[in-house]
Amino acid sequence: MPQAKQRAEAAMAAADTDWNERGELEVLTFDVGGETLALEATMVREILDLLPETLVPGAPALVRHVVNFRGRIVPVADLRLAFAMEAAETTPDSRIVVIELPIDGEQTLIGLRTDHVREVATLSAGASEEAPVVGMRWQRDYVRRLVRWRDDLIILPDLSAIFAAVLSPRP
Amino acid sequence: MSEDPTATFRVEAGELLEQVEQGLLDLGHRLGDMALVNAVFRGLHTLKGSGAMFGFDALAAFTHHCESAFDRVRKGEVPATAELVSVILSARDHMAALVDGDAPKAEGDAILARLAAAVDAARGGGAGAAASAAVPAAQGWKMFFRLPADAMANGTNPLMLLDELRDLGEAEVRVRTDALPPLSELIPNECHLGWDVTLRGDISREAIEDVFIFVMDDMTLEIAPLGDEAPAEPVVVEDAPAVVAAAIEAAAPVAAAAGGPPAAAQPAVENVRVPAERLDALMDRVGELVIAQSRLSQLANNRHDLLLRSVTEDIERLAGELRDTMMVLRMVPVSSLFGRFRRLIHDLARETGKSIELQTSGETTEVDKTVIERLFDPLVHIIRNSCDHGLEAPADRLAAGKSETGLVKLSAHQAGGEVLITIVDDGRGIDRDRVRAKGEANGLIEPGQQLADEELFGLIFHPGFSTAAQVTNLSGRGVGMDVVKRTIESLRGSISVTSEAGKGSTITLRIPLTLAIIEGLLVRVGESRYVLPLSAVEECLELSLEEDLRSRGRSLITLRDRLVPFVRLRDLFGTGTRPDPHQKIVVVATGRERVGLVVDQIIGNHQTVIKSLSAFHRGVGSFSGATILGDGNVALILDVAQLVAMAQPREETLRAAS
Repeated sequence: MPQAKQRAEAAMAAADTDWNERGELEVLTFDVGGETLALEATMVREILDLLPETLVPGAPALVRHVVNFRGRIVPVADLRLAFAMEAAETTPDSRIVVIELPIDGEQTLIGLRTDHVREVATLSAGASEEAPVVGMRWQRDYVRRLVRWRDDLIILPDLSAIFAAVLSPRP
Repeated sequence: MSEDPTATFRVEAGELLEQVEQGLLDLGHRLGDMALVNAVFRGLHTLKGSGAMFGFDALAAFTHHCESAFDRVRKGEVPATAELVSVILSARDHMAALVDGDAPKAEGDAILARLAAAVDAARGGGAGAAASAAVPAAQGWKMFFRLPADAMANGTNPLMLLDELRDLGEAEVRVRTDALPPLSELIPNECHLGWDVTLRGDISREAIEDVFIFVMDDMTLEIAPLGDEAPAEPVVVEDAPAVVAAAIEAAAPVAAAAGGPPAAAQPAVENVRVPAERLDALMDRVGELVIAQSRLSQLANNRHDLLLRSVTEDIERLAGELRDTMMVLRMVPVSSLFGRFRRLIHDLARETGKSIELQTSGETTEVDKTVIERLFDPLVHIIRNSCDHGLEAPADRLAAGKSETGLVKLSAHQAGGEVLITIVDDGRGIDRDRVRAKGEANGLIEPGQQLADEELFGLIFHPGFSTAAQVTNLSGRGVGMDVVKRTIESLRGSISVTSEAGKGSTITLRIPLTLAIIEGLLVRVGESRYVLPLSAVEECLELSLEEDLRSRGRSLITLRDRLVPFVRLRDLFGTGTRPDPHQKIVVVATGRERVGLVVDQIIGNHQTVIKSLSAFHRGVGSFSGATILGDGNVALILDVAQLVAMAQPREETLRAAS
């Protein structure tokens, strides 16, 4: 499948995703607002049941709350807002996925609100595509790749871009 | 925690002695190892220097002999021998005793004698002792010495020097007061006395010079052998040693009695140095424990199990105590900081050719260790500025009717949750015109702009701002004061300057006691709880419903004939909840500005471990951090300075409108 090979090469050339030498990527998949998202498993620190959240008045909408994660104050991000998804009630399956990400040059713990945590999966670069220019309701630079996996289409979100937009909002 | 300023030295000495011991023990196995010889020499050398600095003169003098011996080994004049190592090891024990202040002098002398013998034996000639070094003058010495004026400020005690001379032999001391200034000019902690000492006995010139080894550089010392001018003394030469021995025996108990508090009063304190991050980690764990414990308490209260409750109460008490202990662990007295500036002043005086005296007070004030460490550099800058720009040259000071010696005062005291550190100099003060001219030249202010002193002096904290006409190697490059300000602000502190032309300047640093903990007032606004730093809270009032309605338009209350603006936190935070029928106003202040914060409920005092916010929330402005409450929830800490600043312009608009 030469097309897939090209795609894989293109995907591996993209600097922001660490596909291994076989063009694979180990991820944690989870659902947010009816879509399945995936993040590098190496980024994930912990999966938590919902915790009591504290509102930070005046904070950016995407990271409006903080929680106490083992004595540390961790912001909780709602990716629904980044992908313009509708707000939903929490369910017994709701979890907070704690990830570690460099923000403004310092390693920061961030909790991601998810509707359901699925599994650890291995994605392949060959099955991935760049986000299309049209036909997607999401802001294009928030998506690194779209990956086909089994019967699903999984979004590899670009968290750095999403959070950078929070820190310095576009005019 | 000990308040003894020498405690720091004791810790250091303990470590050095440990190091020396390890080195010696290793050396015993590998006599030829020069790296070990050097390590031991360095340890002894440091011990001698620090000992002298902290007034452990006996220790310093004793260590000096061992150091000299090792210096000869180091230079290859004498090979290291097992005997030498073992003598130095016993000398090390004697040094430890000297540090504790309970060493019999005779033992020290015996060790030194063995040391001399060991050195001689190692050199291969047992008979070298008499031939070496200075020829002792059988009858004694006549000497005169005078210490520099700042000797006592630098930690030298002339009485100790005299005592040491008396220990050498029969001494006759006469004081010379010819250099005393008139009473009106006398600065009581300066030393203007000189001493004539006649020392009788079989004493080497070296032994006398050893007494003065740490002040030798700056002092006047004249030593002449006795005998030329005193042949008529009816001293029978054979009797002299006996007299000397008697004198030593008589002097020893006196010296021991005068040598500070008895050893029993100072139980050995063991110290462990721990990296700060381990303390932080421990602090986090304790915080979690306290939270888990309060969850347990809630569970236990819902069950009617007496046994469970009693265990829970025990755990509650222990967790509380553990937290309190944890908080104290991080506090250290500022003496450890101030002590380091004596040397700085000494060096500055030498470099600038000015005579400078440092006075410190409030050294027992305790501050978080991290704060102390981060205060050092800013204080160095400030003190350098005071000495270099503030204090005038001696001639100018005399012309201005001041004493020749410039004074720099460093003091600390605690005020609420803050520590105030002030640096005062009695120099020429800050030149307002020059600051203004420089500010105008740099475009920081408009020409002719009216400025309050505060604003004008605030200019010196701008990057690249220096009024020094001459750049010296100490200061005047315009780097420093802006860095100072940034450092202080990063510690959640503030800095202010006042100055009077011709009289000097005062720089005040206000620093929170700790970066980790604040005493807070827990309040409720809508459904959320917030913490206000208690140090900023002035008072709490009730906002009656009538006043609330009446003040809808203007948000001002009258407080003791002053209008104080207030902010409804419910509106500010957009809680969308109905106000409580009995709202409260918490009046907070920073500096002279006050503002009332309307809250729904005052819950009470709350000692709080401060946690920093992530980059997302740092920019929000109204919050300086967050904390974890007893039930595990997060409460935000209000940034009072921001809230006050936010409320002030409105007050000004109102004032203009009325």
